[in-house]
Amino acid sequence: MPKVHDVLFRTLADPTRRALFERLCREGEKTVGALTSRAGISQPAVSKHLGVLKQAGLVRDRHEGRQTHYSAQLGALAPLIDWTSQMAGFWQSRFDHLEDLLRRMDQ
Amino acid sequence: MTQTATEARSVVVEREMPFAPERIWRALAQPHLIEEWLMKNDFEPVVGHRFNLRADWGSVDCQVLAVEPNKTLSYTWAAYGLESVVTWTLTPTSTGTLLRMEQSGFRADQQQAYQGAKYGWQKFFAALEQLLGRT
Repeated sequence: MPKVHDVLFRTLADPTRRALFERLCREGEKTVGALTSRAGISQPAVSKHLGVLKQAGLVRDRHEGRQTHYSAQLGALAPLIDWTSQMAGFWQSRFDHLEDLLRRMDQ
Repeated sequence: MTQTATEARSVVVEREMPFAPERIWRALAQPHLIEEWLMKNDFEPVVGHRFNLRADWGSVDCQVLAVEPNKTLSYTWAAYGLESVVTWTLTPTSTGTLLRMEQSGFRADQQQAYQGAKYGWQKFFAALEQLLGRT
């Protein structure tokens, strides 16, 4: 698996971090404060997760006065949604199962 | 977002199998057999029939496009914003059958991303990880 996949999967493997990212995907740009109010964790913890998401290119921050606004960068997911490679792997494994079944039908 | 760029791509998997086309056809066209190697389904080998393939990670919406027993089977495949067509072709060989699967489709990048968001990234990633784990 390419390195970029490793980074994306590692970043999104954490459920809290993924929930923050999902919320930004669904609801658009949010301040750290707004994200904290429903995250169930402290503001520093939220900020730390956002930092990791930012490093992976999954979110972008924008400073406005004393507030920092975060938004999801869906383009960063492009390496994961190359459907042809995903589906090729899927079908190879289905072919294996199909062959097993055909062998059993022989009985 | 008004980006409308789409790209057409396809996946081809071919395998020579030591079984007669008739047997492979049964596995491709009978619901209880399809369930054993692909997914739960309400497939019927009738052109125009709409069916679903269901797994714990979600479902695929399909419609039968072509049925030619023991030779070819084709259906649409729509899941996670991916609109595609799956076509099975069975060619008899001296030792069995050459089975070919071609999935061709169109993907609008923006649409895929927003569909993904709509279905929930959690499900999407669970599905991806499951697929990757199988490769």
